[in-house]
Amino acid sequence: MPNTPAIPNGSGAAAILSAGIACFSLAVLAILGDKLPALKAPLTFSKPTGPLSGVTTVALLIWILTWAIFEARWRQKTLALARVSFVALALLVLGFLLTFPPLADLL
Amino acid sequence: MAITERALWTMIHGMGFGALYLLACSGALLELHRLTAPSTQAPTPAQQRFLNIYLITMALLAWAAVLIGAYVVYPWYRAVPPPGTADLAMFPQRLLMSNPATIGWHSLGMEWKEHVAWFAPISITMVAFVFIRYGRDLANHKHLRTAVLSFAAASFLAAGIAGFFGAMIDKYAPVQGGQVIQLSQGEEK
Repeated sequence: MPNTPAIPNGSGAAAILSAGIACFSLAVLAILGDKLPALKAPLTFSKPTGPLSGVTTVALLIWILTWAIFEARWRQKTLALARVSFVALALLVLGFLLTFPPLADLL
Repeated sequence: MAITERALWTMIHGMGFGALYLLACSGALLELHRLTAPSTQAPTPAQQRFLNIYLITMALLAWAAVLIGAYVVYPWYRAVPPPGTADLAMFPQRLLMSNPATIGWHSLGMEWKEHVAWFAPISITMVAFVFIRYGRDLANHKHLRTAVLSFAAASFLAAGIAGFFGAMIDKYAPVQGGQVIQLSQGEEK
């Protein structure tokens, strides 16, 4: 049987939700970079790598930023983790689906 | 026996960091599941320390694989040939796209791999952080434990997709060129 948690779940919630947001953001940015020609150049942070460099760098920045914000707000708190966990996993699954080219091409 | 500089980097990216990461995934999943199960005994400090180091090493492997992939190998893969180039051997993306039988390895394989691969380092970095922070206490956080195990499995899946397509793409349109590195001198038998 599980015991009473010694550490509040806020820090873990911040980590999983920001990871889910990062995966989802990466997928959305990849689609935007592909579908909107106007975004191709701004997302080309490194010319040899092309828009992939911007897509991944922006997604990583979103990840680190959201993680830092959630961590600062939730570190000492105990949250309804079932909901946070569901959202994080849903974003992760959506990220997988949206990076799959046949599905992304339907959008 | 010789290898080109570009082939060597591709090997370091895929067979080095990528394959090592995939090998490490099954062990991490098993140990995470075992050491954080509510019904098992608390891990010893040595076991906890071992898994901490194991997960940090996995995160480093995953980051090394995607960064080398995106910034060293991928530019060679997507290089654009000068107009009128007939031999596309040095331009893997264009070589794949020049044949209806191989175009899917780029349009599906590389297009998926180049993005989904990043889920592996993001997920495993998060898993390492949560395990190091919570350790045995994860057993007392049912939903957090489930989410951490799910992200670890997703990281395995993402690396598996990237590894599979990477290997297949390199089979049909290998990244080659650069300086030739002589590994050994063969003798005729």
